Amino acid sequence: MSNYKVPTMAEMAASGDNPEILFWVGCAGSFDERYKAVTQAFVKILNKVGVSFAVLGPEEACTGDPARRAGNEFLFQMQAVANIQVMNGYNVKKVVTACPHCFNTIKNEYPALGGNYEVIHHSQFLQTLINEGKIVMKGGGEFKGKKITFHDSCYLGRANNVYEAPREIIKALDVELVEMKRCRTKGLCCGAGGAQMFKEPEAGKKDINIERTEEALQTGASAIAVGCPFCLTMMSDGVKNKEKENEVKVFDLAELIAKDQGLS
Amino acid sequence: MSILPQIIFLLFFAAAGYVLYKRISFLKRNIQLGKAESRNDQPAERWQTMALVAFGQKKMFKRWIPALLHLLVYLGFIVINLEVAEFIIDGITGQHRIFAPLLGGTYTFAMNFFEFLAVGVLVSCVIFLIRRNITKVPRLSMKELKGWPALDANLILVIEICLMMAILKMNAADQILASRGVDHYTQLGPLFFSSLLKPMLVGFGDSFLVFVERAAWWFHIVGILGFAIYVTYSKHLHIFLAFPNTWYSNLKPKGEMANMPEVTNEVNMMLGIPTEGNAEPPAEIGRFGAKDINDLSWVNIMNAYSCTECGRCTSECPANITGKKLSPRKVMMDVRDRAEEVGKSLDAGGKGFEDGKSLLGDYISQEEINACTSCNACVEACPVNIDPLSIILQMRRYVAMEESGSPAQWNAMFQNMETSFSPWKFSPSDRFNWAEKVKDEEMK
Ligand code: SF4
Ligand code: SF4
Repeated sequence: MSNYKVPTMAEMAASGDNPEILFWVGCAGSFDERYKAVTQAFVKILNKVGVSFAVLGPEEACTGDPARRAGNEFLFQMQAVANIQVMNGYNVKKVVTACPHCFNTIKNEYPALGGNYEVIHHSQFLQTLINEGKIVMKGGGEFKGKKITFHDSCYLGRANNVYEAPREIIKALDVELVEMKRCRTKGLCCGAGGAQMFKEPEAGKKDINIERTEEALQTGASAIAVGCPFCLTMMSDGVKNKEKENEVKVFDLAELIAKDQGLS
Repeated sequence: MSILPQIIFLLFFAAAGYVLYKRISFLKRNIQLGKAESRNDQPAERWQTMALVAFGQKKMFKRWIPALLHLLVYLGFIVINLEVAEFIIDGITGQHRIFAPLLGGTYTFAMNFFEFLAVGVLVSCVIFLIRRNITKVPRLSMKELKGWPALDANLILVIEICLMMAILKMNAADQILASRGVDHYTQLGPLFFSSLLKPMLVGFGDSFLVFVERAAWWFHIVGILGFAIYVTYSKHLHIFLAFPNTWYSNLKPKGEMANMPEVTNEVNMMLGIPTEGNAEPPAEIGRFGAKDINDLSWVNIMNAYSCTECGRCTSECPANITGKKLSPRKVMMDVRDRAEEVGKSLDAGGKGFEDGKSLLGDYISQEEINACTSCNACVEACPVNIDPLSIILQMRRYVAMEESGSPAQWNAMFQNMETSFSPWKFSPSDRFNWAEKVKDEEMK
């Protein structure tokens, strides 16, 4: 048996190849200790299915989303234009990313700056693999029969109308999908979007992630599924704050599939 | 017969028309204090959005009970205004129920339908008054509604109740007079709802009933004209503006933040990329972002004038739910109040924008805009497709680019991004380290 492979675009180009998809890892996917596991899980799935992919590796930079939303348009465009130059240089056509913020920015905001790609969130990509029979689910593994709730990310749901793909993945796990009081178009933010991830919240009664975690816990689910690095951090912190980290786990959708497939 | 009532009516009508014309010009000019923005693409999509959201009240039906009550008031408003057309013709010609002989039984049917709606409006308005003042639905009793907004909301409900009662009372008196064969009054078929009021009136003589009927008629028509003028000062402007406001909806994905082409040129220059086209110097670069209403787009200001102050946005806002100062409804109210202030000052030959005040700072604080997670819950919730987020983000741009006044932690993030291309302080050369572990693992 061979090892998992993580080719970079540069390596591919050097050998005259062009992969079918660029996996856009994102800053959290590259640096966040907890979230690196999601990147690794997704890469394992890609290897397992035999998808032709590559990453930018050291050539990737932040998409600029937090800078733009905090108001620094110069910085945003500096990052964006540089990224677009790199991607266009490799003649990228199709981008898959696990981060809804990267997804939204590359899909909706890069075209105005000359970056036109087909952009897919990993939940949509994974759902397609399941539908096409390329991933055959084994019944949910350790979650079989348990309750899982899904936390809608604002940048996936309301911002881009992706509501069903993540739910289809959870349903394919042979688990019970339970909805929170506020879900889909009425979902409550985890509190991290709009660059809130990078500063303390303003004064108030409560932090947003605590309010959201309370809702998630009310469902009685034993796992909270998310499809976003920020949501993963916010919900995990919320669960810890409520001292429930032994009973309730927070997982990304890719991790759920990796577990089901025995990849982690 | 004296022609005096006709003259008085015409005078009223003309005066109301004049005042309305002035008010509409004022509002139109205020909206145009905003920057130009073209929103004329995809007309088919736009008509459809307007049909569904404004006519069809689609987004109201996220909450059923208020939606049904609101629908009654809305239908009542539209249909009863058809009757007002007859009022106006009668008022000018000195006739009474000019359409009755022409339409016969259909007229009676229509009158019954109007009365049914009038009762519907009445009942809905009473329930709305109770919800606002007695059961105190949270979103209808928040801080930003203190004072005029609360009074405005109640006033309109009371006015509507009075207007509807006037219709019913007029019909009751009118039909008693008609049944007595009093000249000028047309006997119709039975009118169900106003007949219920007849017992209150039958004991009186003809001349008193004529007085009651005329008083109710005048009250109703003058009330309607007054209402039309009042609306232009009130959150009830939404009954008209909901239509253009939904037509000019943002049709782009909600997560997309508008690009700033004036920045693109500079960025390209900094990165040594040849600017596209013939490096035409961009038309005078104004302010980056928005400090006052003239930095916003006219759509933002029209949004503000269309706001119903219903607070659906605020009650879904994660920042507001968790006790932060931000309320998207207040943002919209502030934009409107500032536009009114500047507009009045300009008309009075005053200082206009140069009055030492601005939207950001005097109306909306940085604390409010900094709390926004850009989650779009407010945009999703608004029954007339208002976009408070767009305004908040434009103000953040002003703070970041013109004042360098962002919160310290954001400035630190900017710095990280500039030096290491990540919002966190990691070395860019470590970006690919995550892959080592996977590469070492044997594939399962
Ligand atoms: S986008 Fe901002 S203002 Fe609107 S609901 Fe979300 S946090 Fe509140
Ligand atoms: S912005 Fe929309 S949802 Fe918010 S108060 Fe105004 S009308 Fe209601």
